[in-house]
Amino acid sequence: MDDSLTARREERMKRLLLATAIVAAALMNSSSFAATELTMWYHGAGGDAGLNPEERNGVLSVIDEFNSSQSDWVVKLESFPRAVYNDSVTAAALAGNLPDILDVDGPNMPNWAWSGYMQPLPLTDEDIANFLPGPIGKWQGKLYSIGLWDSAVAIFARKSILDEFGIRIPTLDQPWTGDEFNAALESLKASGKFEYPIDMGTAWTGEWYPYAFSPFLQSFGGDIVDRTTYKTAQNVLNGPEAIAFGEWWQNLFTSKLAPGTSQDPGDRATGFIEGKYALSWNGNWQALPAVEKFGDDLLFLPAPDFGHGSKIGAASWQFGISSTSKHPDGAAAFIKFAIQDKFLVRFSDLGGFIPARKTAAEQSVNYKPGAPLEVFFGLSEKQGFVRPVTPGYVVDARVFEKAVADIANGADVVDTLDAAADEIDADIERNNGYGF
Amino acid sequence: MASPAILLILIFLIVPFVLAFGLSFTNQRLLSPNPTEFVGMRNFEQLLGMGVLKLEPLPAPDEQVEGSDPEYPPLRNFTRNNPDYPHLNGMREWFSIPWGQDRVFVLAQDVLFIKALVNTVLFVAIVAPLQGGLALLLALMINQKLPGINIFRTIYFLPVVISIVVVSLLFRFIYDGNNGLLNTLLGYASFGAFKPVDWLGRTDTALAAIIGASIWQAVGFHMVIWLSGLQTIPVSLYEAADIDGATHLQKFRYVTWPGLRNTAVLILIVITIQAFSVFAQINLMTRGGPLDSTQTLVFQVVARGYEKQDIAGGSAISVLMFVFVLCISLAQRYLTRSKD
Amino acid sequence: MAGSVFIARRAGTAWSYALLILVALIFLIPIVFMVMSSFKPDQQLLSDSGSIRAFLPVGDLSLQNYVGAFERVPVALFVFNSVFVTAVTVVLSLLVCSLAGFSLAFLNWFGRDTVLAVIIATLIVPFETIAIPLLLMVAKLPWISTHGFEVGWLNTYHVQIIPWVADGLTVFLFVQYFRDLPRDLLEAARIDGASWWQVYRMVIMPLSGPVLATAAILKCLAMYNQYLWPLMVTQAEAYRPLMVGLQYFFQLNIAWGQVMAYLCIVSVPIIVLYLVLQRAFITSIASTGIKG
Repeated sequence: MDDSLTARREERMKRLLLATAIVAAALMNSSSFAATELTMWYHGAGGDAGLNPEERNGVLSVIDEFNSSQSDWVVKLESFPRAVYNDSVTAAALAGNLPDILDVDGPNMPNWAWSGYMQPLPLTDEDIANFLPGPIGKWQGKLYSIGLWDSAVAIFARKSILDEFGIRIPTLDQPWTGDEFNAALESLKASGKFEYPIDMGTAWTGEWYPYAFSPFLQSFGGDIVDRTTYKTAQNVLNGPEAIAFGEWWQNLFTSKLAPGTSQDPGDRATGFIEGKYALSWNGNWQALPAVEKFGDDLLFLPAPDFGHGSKIGAASWQFGISSTSKHPDGAAAFIKFAIQDKFLVRFSDLGGFIPARKTAAEQSVNYKPGAPLEVFFGLSEKQGFVRPVTPGYVVDARVFEKAVADIANGADVVDTLDAAADEIDADIERNNGYGF
Repeated sequence: MASPAILLILIFLIVPFVLAFGLSFTNQRLLSPNPTEFVGMRNFEQLLGMGVLKLEPLPAPDEQVEGSDPEYPPLRNFTRNNPDYPHLNGMREWFSIPWGQDRVFVLAQDVLFIKALVNTVLFVAIVAPLQGGLALLLALMINQKLPGINIFRTIYFLPVVISIVVVSLLFRFIYDGNNGLLNTLLGYASFGAFKPVDWLGRTDTALAAIIGASIWQAVGFHMVIWLSGLQTIPVSLYEAADIDGATHLQKFRYVTWPGLRNTAVLILIVITIQAFSVFAQINLMTRGGPLDSTQTLVFQVVARGYEKQDIAGGSAISVLMFVFVLCISLAQRYLTRSKD
Repeated sequence: MAGSVFIARRAGTAWSYALLILVALIFLIPIVFMVMSSFKPDQQLLSDSGSIRAFLPVGDLSLQNYVGAFERVPVALFVFNSVFVTAVTVVLSLLVCSLAGFSLAFLNWFGRDTVLAVIIATLIVPFETIAIPLLLMVAKLPWISTHGFEVGWLNTYHVQIIPWVADGLTVFLFVQYFRDLPRDLLEAARIDGASWWQVYRMVIMPLSGPVLATAAILKCLAMYNQYLWPLMVTQAEAYRPLMVGLQYFFQLNIAWGQVMAYLCIVSVPIIVLYLVLQRAFITSIASTGIKG
């Protein structure tokens, strides 16, 4: 009895010693390991449902290759759910708890730079030669962020349907005029074959609204803020051009040409493919399922020109360095590593993104000459127009989103735009002009 | 013995509240390189500023059809940099009413806040009596002595344990305008005569829909509180009433209700406080829309303070809200105080 | 005569049951819909919701959504975090708040009534209105751990626990309950020379079953369903609770089947706990005598 107890105690003692030895060895090992850890935050936790799970895999593979390519730095990724990413960064910035490398949605960058939680990115012009304009995040003459890809929006359409209704197929050089576009919608509606002639994607609340809808306003000749001074929105967001935009926009919904703000998210995802909608104002990242379904019948058409050119939004997610990073050189080394053509091509091939650099586009499966999505590269290059480059954008975007949603829901156009312009002005004033 | 709790409540509840109170007198932004300045009552003036303007119609053009609505001069002529109307500067129309030939416009400095306030008060005014009343009905139903009644009690309480976040997402499906469950059920019930309604997408139904979901989730809890009140009423009182030949209604009126007095006060106050802080449902179901018909105070606190980074403005709403709720709770206590 | 009364009573009972069942359906339908949908592919889920099929286990049923949800979110980790944070908070809360309730109900000290009034007044402050100042504060609070002295509480378990240990409602529940206890018990113990601490432990706590259960249940529900606060303070995935995991599903296109599966995963532990303890749940709340 006694013996066995002693034996067991000894056994336990041995195991404890062994465990201690292992832990100690592990600790020694990690402290003698020379590489410095860099933290990186990224908005792709949970992947993009049924859409771009590949984006996250792409980021992980770049990190793996970077970590094994050199022995100075080890990048460690922390993922956040997309819907709360910006709030998480804000909370962390408040707490002084930012990582080394930040993932930032292009139009938010000026705010983060102005608020002091990003630092300029030490890349040369040569590093970013041949880039599309959208993925280059510059504010006040300095580069703060750089994107591996851009996104573009087009009207998804089917050639057979346009032919059936005798609607001209527009081109990059000769897009539809506003009147042509409106007439097309009317004749599609009159046919009674579709629930709605066009799907604008009103189910996608949030940044989609300013990203996808403010280019219409700009094509009418208005804008969210006056870009000559960035100090006011008067006369651009509520001038005659903006009012014309607002009336056109409202008519889409009052005349039942497009589903309203309570569109079913499921319909947004599949309505065009199922034939509920004749046209769909949609992003390149949604293109592959439609290509699969309609093949050669599918067309990606440029935005209509309402008088001031055919415009689409530019700038997607980008990488930058936080101001509190103790290792900006390491962070810069990673970002420089990540913008190599081979990664831009990999992202594009995996997830259908538009490669940020022309030389990469030429090597990609989907965007090389003659490939199914090539047209999007042309759209980005020719029509891509960044959202207002100002720290105030984070507020402006929410004001604009609410204004177009309200107008779609039947609010008085002039009053709504006046109120939006006033709110943006008040915000600019409260922030002492945001440094302009 | 009370000190750990007092200390914790002080640090994690009262200090942050005092901080919010302090911030409401500044122009603090969530993150900004600009220095914080003391601005006095400006945030509060901005929220509460109201004005009234009476306007005569514009002279009717000759070709105007008889009986059509008269036109009024644009309000912005008066509310934007008009030296004759400095007190109206920056205001917007909240609503207007006809005044003989003229029209009276009620203006507010911050229409969104006023709408949020009105919606919140409306929400509370509907939810408090409705939820309290339904909870009482449920409590009376499950206070019957029937075999298997515990099963029903269990079911009625079930939604209480489910997160309001989960409930909000479920009810988005239920209220869907095309093939939502509610439309489907109403369609079946009316043999197809019912036309589908986009419950969350219409200004006249959105708030009601949110009220419905909120009550569905919370009513079971208050039912249990009523039940505890019902069970404190001595059975002998009912037996005496039976001997007197009282009807069900009379028994409720003269035995049950007087016995529930304290419970009623408690439930009213609890629901009022909970309803004032309505947020998760709004955030997940409508985000304040359509056309601000579901804006509420706490939603505005978060939308301003967090999303628009205007923490001073958000804090000012928090402070006003605290004052409102405190006043209402005190008034409720005073009005329902024991008469004896 | 007796027969007709009997029949009338039978008819009344039938009506009662009909009404009880109808109301039960109102409470059950959304939950049944959630559970059924979690087994259906997205396409079918959306088309079924327009008919009675939404509540029936029909069509193409599989566990695919659960597989997808587990791939998307580290479910086991999040379940552990939720359960751990909830359990620790509930235990601490019962201890701290019952002590406070005891002191506020039985002891006479200067300022007691004012303190109680302030504690009750905190009930009317919604958490959302103090969330940002609280965040600013906890980011600067010190902490001593095995790593030594640290500043900042973000990305820890204790930031999710300590601010929630004491709250006005729980303290109030204890005060109410203690005040209704017969005072002579307490005075007898004092005359026998018991300290206040002994009175709390030997006399009051053994009588406090219902209020402890009620406070535990309410705290448990509140903590398990926490959403905004963990979202703000857990930048590291290792500390996130279940509710934050919901956000992992809100991409541009939402996989609703997986959302339903995750809603079930989130709700099942608490529903099971409720069903097992439902008698305690309801009777304790009822018998605490929560009253004005």
